[in-house]
Amino acid sequence: MAKVIEGLYYSESHEYLKVEGNIGIIGITDYAQKALGNVVYVDMPDVDDEVEAGVEFGAVESVKAASDLNSPVSGTVVEVNEALEDAPELINQDAYENWIIKVEMSDESELENLMDAAAYEAFCEKEAH
Amino acid sequence: MNNRLYGKLIFELSKEGRVGYSLPGNFFGEYDIPASMRRAEDAKLPECDELTVVRHYTNLSNNNFGVDTGFYPLGSCTMKYNPKINEEMASLPQFQNLHPEQPADTTEGARTLVSKLERSLCELTGLAHFTFKPYAGAHGELTGLMTIDNYHRSRGDMARKKVIVPDSAHGTNPASAAVCGLEIIEVKSLADGTVDYDDLKRIVEEQGSEIAAMMMTNPNTLGLFETRIPEIAALIHDCGGLMYYDGANLNPMLGVCRPGDMGFDVMHINLHKTFSTPHGGGGPGAGPVGVREGLQEFFPVVSPYNGNFGVMMRAYAYILSLGSEYVKEVGPLATLNANYIKESLKDVYELPIEGLCCHEFVFDGLKDKSTGVTTMDVAKRLLDYGYHAPTIYFPLLFHESLMIEPTENESKETLDEFIAVMRQIAEEAKTNPDEVKSAPHNTPIGRVDDVLAAKHPIVTYQQMLNDQD
Amino acid sequence: MYKYFPHTEDDLQVMMERVGVKNLDELYAQIPESIRFRGDYQIPSALTEEGVRQMFATLGSQNKQLTCFAGYGVYDHTTPSVIPSLLQRSEFLTSYTPYQAEISQGTLHYIFEYQSMMAEMTGLDISNASMYDGTTAAAEAMMMAVAAGKKVNKVLVSGGLNPKTREVLDTYALHQGIELVTIPLKDGVTDLAALTSQLSTLDGVAGVMVQQPNVYGIVEDFTGFAEACHEKKALFIMSSVIADLAVLKTPGEWGADIAVGDGQSLGIPMQFGGPYVGYMCCTEKLIRKMPGRIVGMTKDNRDQRAFVLTLQAREQHIRRQKATSNICSNQSLMALWVTVYLSLMGKQGVKEAAQLSYAGAHYLCDELLKTGRFHLIYDQPFFNEFYVKYDGDVDALYQRFIDAGFLGGVKFDGGILFAVTEKRNKVEIDNLVKIAAL
Repeated sequence: MAKVIEGLYYSESHEYLKVEGNIGIIGITDYAQKALGNVVYVDMPDVDDEVEAGVEFGAVESVKAASDLNSPVSGTVVEVNEALEDAPELINQDAYENWIIKVEMSDESELENLMDAAAYEAFCEKEAH
Repeated sequence: MNNRLYGKLIFELSKEGRVGYSLPGNFFGEYDIPASMRRAEDAKLPECDELTVVRHYTNLSNNNFGVDTGFYPLGSCTMKYNPKINEEMASLPQFQNLHPEQPADTTEGARTLVSKLERSLCELTGLAHFTFKPYAGAHGELTGLMTIDNYHRSRGDMARKKVIVPDSAHGTNPASAAVCGLEIIEVKSLADGTVDYDDLKRIVEEQGSEIAAMMMTNPNTLGLFETRIPEIAALIHDCGGLMYYDGANLNPMLGVCRPGDMGFDVMHINLHKTFSTPHGGGGPGAGPVGVREGLQEFFPVVSPYNGNFGVMMRAYAYILSLGSEYVKEVGPLATLNANYIKESLKDVYELPIEGLCCHEFVFDGLKDKSTGVTTMDVAKRLLDYGYHAPTIYFPLLFHESLMIEPTENESKETLDEFIAVMRQIAEEAKTNPDEVKSAPHNTPIGRVDDVLAAKHPIVTYQQMLNDQD
Repeated sequence: MYKYFPHTEDDLQVMMERVGVKNLDELYAQIPESIRFRGDYQIPSALTEEGVRQMFATLGSQNKQLTCFAGYGVYDHTTPSVIPSLLQRSEFLTSYTPYQAEISQGTLHYIFEYQSMMAEMTGLDISNASMYDGTTAAAEAMMMAVAAGKKVNKVLVSGGLNPKTREVLDTYALHQGIELVTIPLKDGVTDLAALTSQLSTLDGVAGVMVQQPNVYGIVEDFTGFAEACHEKKALFIMSSVIADLAVLKTPGEWGADIAVGDGQSLGIPMQFGGPYVGYMCCTEKLIRKMPGRIVGMTKDNRDQRAFVLTLQAREQHIRRQKATSNICSNQSLMALWVTVYLSLMGKQGVKEAAQLSYAGAHYLCDELLKTGRFHLIYDQPFFNEFYVKYDGDVDALYQRFIDAGFLGGVKFDGGILFAVTEKRNKVEIDNLVKIAAL
């Protein structure tokens, strides 16, 4: 069973968002990590790039699959997780610990469009079916 | 095929000073390339004598499996026999030495060949014109879609940017549409794998004025004939769209049914499938595109000259060899072979869709799923028995897809042996599953570490050397 | 019975019984009769093998065999006999794309060698497993630059690009919504000043493409080009004649991000336009943006070095409409062709062939100028191809060449472009000059 953490926001494309002040920390969920298998590459944006809610900002690749990363919220990239460049497998080890980008959020009302842990858990169950 | 790995690289056989060529001396006088133009360092190419090169590539070839080696039931690829006479014809110097810019009156033979091949393909497909510019099947798809896009643009019908593709289609279809700047709409399949006509109708009702085309193979990727094709074509034509036929599965239609008669307006043919030209380890192929009368003026320029002319020569030799008498037997015999295998194995392999198939069919893995032996394992175990694997994990409609296409060239004895081996593997899955799961055992190499290759790509010899340091 | 169909009457009976049909027609019972094809195809009757030979011999005799002084992207180089012989090894010829690595190490090894050699020739880090030809490789490079550029859709293309390549670029650009802008030439070479001003006035340029040698055979000096591109975040793309890179300054040395072109000049017969092979190399940084197949090194479960198709997540069969390209195959067998060519020619041979081509072309040029009937249209350094103006009736001259058994260059825009390779000897050149002097 995939891990879901209380207190985070979740998107239907399986990204999580952890909010710290006006900074949003974005990564893929444990469910997504399991579905992809061994992650071999993470395509990340550059710092200062703009991201938009629901729009692709990068991709996570495994050997036989690739999944677009869609930003749960709009904003400006303030940090990318450079450790993933050399060790993309960190995502498989702990998807929540190993975030992908940090974004300065521009519109907090967008959080309302995201799921909470319980809703996301239900969503995954339905999807797995 | 030799089951011991040869494994060397030509660079590892190099020794400074050796040569494998002979060139004339310079009789032209002192014309030296000025230093300002020159590269600083020589390209680090190998230095080998001729025999070393010949042995090296001969040894490499011995670690390869081809149609001439053994049965190659790779679904959707139509690995038929590549006749030797085709090769002999394609190597004739009277064609090999033609520069593509040569004036027309000095290349009459070559141009006649092209037009004769075109007439034959028109007759076999029921279409009116072909362009030979596309170099491969995917290139043909793109060319066909560009032709369609050009047609709509010429009418000022700029809103037609959507292409309907069955959800079971090969990934190339949507990729080609995207490269052509078109958007994909997926139409659902029914449980039997054919297009859900009601879903299609809904799409057409909602978005009919934006539909550029519908792309289909027929038979579809499951080897099933779309019997409602006349209605589907009418539906698309009525909304102003065109019908595109992906010729990937044309083989079982030879002698049976022509895409033009089914209602298709544009199609590509994979000469390397239906018309017996060799796959060459992944190319060169050829993907000529045919159209209904009136659409030929919309052909785009996707290559400078006559496409892969050498491949066209082979296809023409094949058509001449079969002639009108035998070309019509191709489809029925390919279809009989596929159905024969299907009926002989369906008690041990899961057949999701009963009934007659065309040239290929799909099993959804072993019937007995309790052993944990997957389609991947079955495929790898087949290598141990001297067969190429079927296509696996495609189409995506089933979890354990195993897609088998035997072609018309295989004898009953070959099929019977293959059936026996497939049954034996099903038996091994019960009695000795570990043997199957760890297969292959009798091949030059075992299963490879894909993750290592993708995570840390080493794609040149220089990178390999750097990595060792 | 027929030679490609092994089914005897007995076989057919047994097989149809197993399948549950009474005749072959019943196999297609589900197909509506209205669309069935009944009757005979109006194509010729089956020919015997001798009949096929005769047909091709007749057609072949209708082609005129000419001694080739034409280039324009397609060159008549020497083909070592080893190559066609090895390529007929059916284990190479009749295999499919090497998906099953365990029984495809032959193909995977040579593609790895091919990639290594292309990287060496172009001076760039990596190569893909090959593309269809030089023109489509250029189109793929254009799309790759746009995909890498994010939200920019302009590509600048030198006026020195072969118009045949440009035509293919235009086709792809039209459907992709890419805007192609021409960089003008000055005295036959790409104008750096014009490029610099275009880069600063045009908003968002994804890539800049030049050709070496250019369509007039001129070896251009690209000093400052890469810097100008990189300053504006545009990728610098060079299309080059690969054989010439044996000696010429490489795309890598010029600071190119992507190198493309045709491999035909590495001993592939001209065969009326194809098959050839396109190459594409790039910097390591761009590897995951590169279209097409790539072979990489890995290990098998017996700890042996092995090769495998890798980075497949970029490709059409996984990414579908989001793939960087729709290309499925490579041009594998033709990649083997150039790999064997480069193995035989080796480090020394490619340089010698290039030097001979260079010398032959300069000798021909000098001899033509001596006749007093020709002059060079641009006074620029060239390699093995040069563009001249003939003081007289060009069409009549061209026909005189043909009547004497020569393909005397390629005519365009009022000039003639002559090419010489190491295959042309002094006697042939002297004879061509005699006709030109008439």
